[in-house]
Amino acid sequence: MEALLDIVSGVLLAAGSFFIIFGAHGLVRLPDMFARMHGAGVTDTLGAGLFIAGLMIQGGFTLVTAKLFLILVFFFFASPTSSYALANAALSQGEKPWTWNSEDSNGDKDGTSSKT
Amino acid sequence: MMFAAATAALCVAMLLALLRACLGPTVYDRVLAVNSFGTKTVLMIAVLGFLAGRPDFMDIALLYALINFVGTIAVLKFFRYGDMARPGGRPAAKGGD
Repeated sequence: MEALLDIVSGVLLAAGSFFIIFGAHGLVRLPDMFARMHGAGVTDTLGAGLFIAGLMIQGGFTLVTAKLFLILVFFFFASPTSSYALANAALSQGEKPWTWNSEDSNGDKDGTSSKT
Repeated sequence: MMFAAATAALCVAMLLALLRACLGPTVYDRVLAVNSFGTKTVLMIAVLGFLAGRPDFMDIALLYALINFVGTIAVLKFFRYGDMARPGGRPAAKGGD
């Protein structure tokens, strides 16, 4: 039983690490801020969810598991809220979403940061 | 062993987020990268508690999650309004009473 729980939690931790690394990879590689928020969202939901689920299995029925569950619940509310605030702030400051047509004007190297 | 591997994966992801925070062209890229870095820090603290055999670290992880969220909102508000003392709402409304 103990070994089974170890295996399940190891698989969950590995899957969480997979999504965290690929979310961070998207954070580096995607073309503009709104696309990069997608990569950060993968890290916040699937990555953190699977990771904390793996840790919860290791914790067993203790106070540690309750605290991990609180962290998970907080992530589920805070991550969409901060993503919305970020996108809203960027849009209201005139940041243009990247499209295939705007490759030269609104790509990686526009100078909108100088406005703030 | 399992926790060490998870910590290593988190370190790699944190390095990538730090890279984006260093070379992000706009300030929102940097805020996004720092927010993502904070999320990974929470997970890192949690897994380090298990790795060191001291699960009391979970309190610190919970506190760090709260501070990370409030910090992100505060930085966004600062860059939107230029100072922290203005009430929220529409940018057109002049602050103060």
